Amino acid sequence: MASKTKIEVFEGKLTTRKRMRRFGLLLTTPGMLWLLVFLLLPTLFLIVMAFAQRGSYGTIDWSFSLDNLKKLVGFSSFGWSADNLLIIWRSLKIAVITTLLCLIIGLPMAFWIGAHKKNTATLLLALVMVPSCTNLVIRTYAWMLLLGAQMPPTWFARTLGIIGEAESLYPGTFAVYIGMVSCMLPFAVLPLYTSVERLDWGIVEAARDLYAKPIRTFYHGILSQMMPGIVASVVLTLVPTLGMYVVSDLLGGAKFILIGNLIQQQFFGTALDWPFGAMLGIVLIISSVISLIVFKKTGGKSFV
Amino acid sequence: MESFDLQIKGVKKSFGDKAVLKDINVFIEDGQFVTLLGPSGCGKTTLLRIIAGFEKADAGEVILGGKVISRRSPAKRPINTVFQSYALFPHLNVFNNIAFGLKSQKVAKEEIERRVNAMMKITNIVDLAKEMPATLSGGQKQRVALARALVNEPDILLLDEPLSALDANLRKKLQAELKEVQKKTDTTFIMVTHDQDEAIAVSDRVLVMYNGEIIQDGSPEDVYEHPVNRFVATFIGEANILECEKVSDFFVKTAFGELAVDKAPAWKTGGVAIRMEDIHVCTAGENFANNVFDAQILERIFRGDYWELIAELPGANGNQPTQLRVMTDPDEIYNPGDQVKLYMETQYLQVLTD
Repeated sequence: MASKTKIEVFEGKLTTRKRMRRFGLLLTTPGMLWLLVFLLLPTLFLIVMAFAQRGSYGTIDWSFSLDNLKKLVGFSSFGWSADNLLIIWRSLKIAVITTLLCLIIGLPMAFWIGAHKKNTATLLLALVMVPSCTNLVIRTYAWMLLLGAQMPPTWFARTLGIIGEAESLYPGTFAVYIGMVSCMLPFAVLPLYTSVERLDWGIVEAARDLYAKPIRTFYHGILSQMMPGIVASVVLTLVPTLGMYVVSDLLGGAKFILIGNLIQQQFFGTALDWPFGAMLGIVLIISSVISLIVFKKTGGKSFV
Repeated sequence: MESFDLQIKGVKKSFGDKAVLKDINVFIEDGQFVTLLGPSGCGKTTLLRIIAGFEKADAGEVILGGKVISRRSPAKRPINTVFQSYALFPHLNVFNNIAFGLKSQKVAKEEIERRVNAMMKITNIVDLAKEMPATLSGGQKQRVALARALVNEPDILLLDEPLSALDANLRKKLQAELKEVQKKTDTTFIMVTHDQDEAIAVSDRVLVMYNGEIIQDGSPEDVYEHPVNRFVATFIGEANILECEKVSDFFVKTAFGELAVDKAPAWKTGGVAIRMEDIHVCTAGENFANNVFDAQILERIFRGDYWELIAELPGANGNQPTQLRVMTDPDEIYNPGDQVKLYMETQYLQVLTD
């Protein structure tokens, strides 16, 4: 073998590339093992289970078929229904709208925080994060009470004629959006703030100097620089929102079902159909992975 | 032909209670290469930003070609800027970066193509059209930034420390290129720099700024040869400053003896500057009527293309000795301990204002 071993200096020691790679592998082993045992194996198990059947009394019958796929798109012994597909569609819609709302609210917030001195900005950012320290269920209960029939927000909405006299803000879609956005906003703001902090205002000045009108200045001067932050913010909001079920369960009312709630029903609720729950779980994983890939592609490249 | 002379009239600016610009008045003729030279914090960048429109003056006016432009936004001024950090759009390739200003102005596509290509030729970056800014070297970014500003055919081009991020060799090369591009495009260039060599190398005119004021305004030769005060004398090149006492309009008294000067000092005590290359080490048999002093060489420092000598002149009448820096040619060898005579010609002795 005539291959030359390149000797390099690493942390003051002479070493070879091969040895360094082996050392790196050693360092990452615990993390790799963790992922293998607690992520990869359960996911594989989930995939296997997704093609099994529900046995009597909620047990798993390990005879494999594509029945769960058929059930997913709506075929059952009672004929076809759109319910499952509607639930998936609604989940996607809620997740996308929540993400957009977080972005629209989060952007000005990030700029506002970024306009403060470093110390104040850190404090404001901590304040944004504080609600996330309390339990999600408790926070959601708080919204339940606040948006209830006897509370000022509901009177207000009734007086303005936004909702009917007999209606209240909770339960319903509006309450779900409020709950989702308030839950996800901190995660949307953080990456946005980071990119605001890193903005090179020279580029904004360059755009103004080169005759750009305000919208063109914002687009090329600010948005172009913030794209990585925006992508991070979208991913951090979209993926958890897709699987969220506490908020919709508590604030949406009995008929408001998202894919998260459907899964929960399969495992712990009335349906008790673990294999079908596993199939739904896979749908969730696939949609999350797809959105990650899409954003990685758009975030890495120029988007003009 | 229309003229685009720039007049700055009584411009003042303070940040908080710190006065950054104190009543600046300058007239810059169309087609000049002018440098604002000064140490950091002297107000030169603020003045540039006021001309560009990024900063509003507290008082005074900026007048371009007879029109007051001080209240116009940067986009409404026929002035473009080359920014210190280049500020290229990171998501646009070189061509689109350069075309940005023309696209903002909705210039026809064919014309954009023609003008951008012509400008890339002038700045030697034709091959880079498709490159993204992140892949460019410092010098290339600099050229793109220059092309991006000049393609708009501004009446005035502002350059904010354009070469400060580059290494010495490249800087020299780009200085020459800048000068050439300025001649080719016949545009007024106003450049901010803290590098005196750069200012002297490229400009037609140097404005030396200090503490929010223009303290000297002249050609590079003038500013170098006739510094008005201690600050200019030491900031541009490094001059020896002699502490003097006025004897008469033609003589001053220094620690090492009386010195003839050709300009009457306005002070009782003050400074006289002489550059180290202007102090002459007398060879045997050389004789001068005055301004010749005995000295001893203390040190010899090799500077590549010249020797720097530290010479000590013994004090007259019990004064402390004076140390001066003297420059000699590489073939004139003097060793520490040598006794020499130093001659300071009156025309090189600059009587300063302070």
